[in-house]
Amino acid sequence: MLKIKNIFLSLLLSIFTSFAFAAGEMHEPMHPDWSFQGPLGKFERAELQRGYQVYTEVCSSCHSMDLLSYRNLIQEGGPEFSEKQVKAMAAMFEVEAGPDADGEMFMRPAILSDKFVSPWKNEQEGRISNGGAYPPDLSVMVKARPGGADYLYSLLLGYEDETPEGITLDDGVYYNIYAKNQKIAMPQVIYEDGVEYTDGTAATEVQMARDVTAFLAWSAEPKLEERKRIGFKVIIYLIILSFLLYFTNKRIWKDTSH
Amino acid sequence: MSDDYQPQSAVAKWIDKRLPIVTLFSGHLMQFPTPKNLNYWWTFGGILTFCLITQIITGLVLAMHYIADANLAFASVEHIMRDVNYGWLLRYIHATGASMFFIAVYLHMARSLFYGSYKEPRELIWIIGVFIFLLMVATAFMGYVLPWGQMSFWGATVITNLFSAVPFFGEAITNWLWGDYSVSGALLTRFFTLHYLMPFLIFGLVILHIWALHVPGNNNPEGIDVVKGQDTVPFHPHYVVKDVLALVVFMIIFAGFVFFSPNILGHSDNYIQANPLQTPEHIVPEWYFLPFYAILRAIPDKLGGVIAMVSAIAILAFIPWLDSSKVRSCKYRPLYRQFYWILIIDFIVLGYLGAQPATGIYLILGRLATLYYFLHFILVMPLIGYIEKPKPLPKSISEPVLSKEEQLAKSGQMA
Amino acid sequence: MDTKKDIDAADAKVTRRDFLYLTTGSFTAVGAGALAWPFISQMNPDASVKALASTEVDLSPIMPGQSITILWRGKPVFVRRRTEEEIAEAQAVEQIDLPDPETDETRVQKPEWLVMVGVCTHLGCIPLGNKGEYNGWFCPCHGSHYDTSGRIRKGPAPKNLEIPNYVFLNDNTIKIG
Repeated sequence: MLKIKNIFLSLLLSIFTSFAFAAGEMHEPMHPDWSFQGPLGKFERAELQRGYQVYTEVCSSCHSMDLLSYRNLIQEGGPEFSEKQVKAMAAMFEVEAGPDADGEMFMRPAILSDKFVSPWKNEQEGRISNGGAYPPDLSVMVKARPGGADYLYSLLLGYEDETPEGITLDDGVYYNIYAKNQKIAMPQVIYEDGVEYTDGTAATEVQMARDVTAFLAWSAEPKLEERKRIGFKVIIYLIILSFLLYFTNKRIWKDTSH
Repeated sequence: MSDDYQPQSAVAKWIDKRLPIVTLFSGHLMQFPTPKNLNYWWTFGGILTFCLITQIITGLVLAMHYIADANLAFASVEHIMRDVNYGWLLRYIHATGASMFFIAVYLHMARSLFYGSYKEPRELIWIIGVFIFLLMVATAFMGYVLPWGQMSFWGATVITNLFSAVPFFGEAITNWLWGDYSVSGALLTRFFTLHYLMPFLIFGLVILHIWALHVPGNNNPEGIDVVKGQDTVPFHPHYVVKDVLALVVFMIIFAGFVFFSPNILGHSDNYIQANPLQTPEHIVPEWYFLPFYAILRAIPDKLGGVIAMVSAIAILAFIPWLDSSKVRSCKYRPLYRQFYWILIIDFIVLGYLGAQPATGIYLILGRLATLYYFLHFILVMPLIGYIEKPKPLPKSISEPVLSKEEQLAKSGQMA
Repeated sequence: MDTKKDIDAADAKVTRRDFLYLTTGSFTAVGAGALAWPFISQMNPDASVKALASTEVDLSPIMPGQSITILWRGKPVFVRRRTEEEIAEAQAVEQIDLPDPETDETRVQKPEWLVMVGVCTHLGCIPLGNKGEYNGWFCPCHGSHYDTSGRIRKGPAPKNLEIPNYVFLNDNTIKIG
């Protein structure tokens, strides 16, 4: 029974993996080793903290992360900044609040419970500021693209100086090996020393792409560590229980000829 | 052990005289005489009951946090995933649970088909089952719309547009379904309401399904009638424990998905909020609908496709009369057994093709596979009953006329 | 002898069997219990609610004799800047007269500032300010009178108005919760 089920499931999986890149207009992305891969994988705090820095200093001028709040940066299983650090980080942003006693809206520094401040007032503003291409929200981006973290990482590093022959690019479109049809509306943003890491890590392109991708992987699945931790216990429990039941079942059926 | 329930205390007697509920449960869940030769393929009934209850309970608590509003639905699901205590767990169980439910129901149906459990005197059990399956399809489809991602929105658009194939009234029907001139928040809210209601209808049908089952009793791998007492054991503890064992093994696979690969059965486009101005490049339904989706696309006509897809499920309700064989179990049907496996492979192939673009070789294969699917029920099933020479049936399941070899094989299978 | 052996063997068998059943049964029960927890816990305040569990209040605009009401955890909190007379009145009360004896000193951090949850301890209505026989608060629902320290003096309410946890971050700001 199990064997047939496994065959059935692996067939299902092959259906899904096959059409993820079936379009044929895309290159298979790079597959770097991620600390959060595998059944026991976890995020690396330092990597996520650097990733947040890259997001804030590079990505956040165009991309919102509407589903995140500053308090998330403190919570277990994430970058795990200290509360004091995050309060200071949040206070660098301003949010609209109010109305006050005079009925006026006013600006105040962001606090822990505030959502990440968006670069745009609304989608239309983001669209018009970027030549019609709205920079998508990044909160769950890693889960919203086939290939996930691998794809985003590859995309960030997929720009080349020379556009190959035979590819014509319209205005505001850039060449990227890993993009669909090798064309993308986002210019290259990751450059060496594009940020100055507070922990002194050398800000190479690969390092920055890696860190920010890990950060986005966390933001898409903030409960990943808790999930795997609980999952491990659940599976062990179920396996022990299945053994107990196996012997109980055997004992019950012992005297029945069948 | 197998004696009927006798109330002991005065209170128990008083209650049982007025509402014999303990007697009822005792009769159907404890003492019920069950053939002693049921194999593990018979455990899916219990597994499916578990799936239904899991979906109802997780769905109930998710509904405490979900907001059925086009502007808020997507964010409320993410709120469940991020902020609600164990919300991620409840949602992943519910989402994966739908897939597990369908895995189990397909295996349950395949078992019935193989052992002829749909045949006289169990036709009604089977037909109720087909209705349960239909309701499951509707419930799962509506549930998939609720997160209001891109696949939710466009899946809803494509499927509700099927009704526009109805001659003359198409547009009126779709507008009525949508409560708007396109898929919108109005549809989301009514789908949520119906998605909440339908599992309880399924639950009611499940009770009828079990009631109808308990009139003739279980079929069994030999497909012959059993003699009560000699061939049966009480349901409890023999099958309670066996079913729970199978359930726990099923739960290991279930938990594997929930905790270690929760998104593999879904589609990444559904993590993008619904956008009525942009269609995803490949609209694919959830994997469990793929075979029927392939049938829909195999017919080059809008109305024809819809009719074919609906018929693909509806025809199941007629197989008790399409199958002309007197023998139930495929164990004793050497010829039909081969066609049975062709049907299973055909169905899996349809599922594979449903995920492929409907062009070129895929389309041709899709049409062939669709053709076989219908021919199997309309032609193969009635004909083979006349042509086939079944193997001799055993006299009873306690003394099967089996060769030494088969007996060995059988005991190996049981252990 | 033989019969005795048989009985012993049978006993051992029964015990071993019972042990197996008992283990399996209790192991299942433990799992079912653990499974129930997420379904119960999901109804507790979630992370976004907990994040709002503390509120900072700017005291600078409040003049003596004025009070403001702010929303904290979905409940009104009265912040009153008391006048000298009110403080004197609150401190002068004889404890023996009170249904719920408490000195004014234990109810405030700085005598000038009275911070308390504005929910009547009777059945949860919101008392009205500058009302009642004791110059404090009066609950319109069932006629409870509170004094200038928010203590119950008359009426059906059993307890004084609740004092939330708060700290002075500086002279002009308090953080409630």
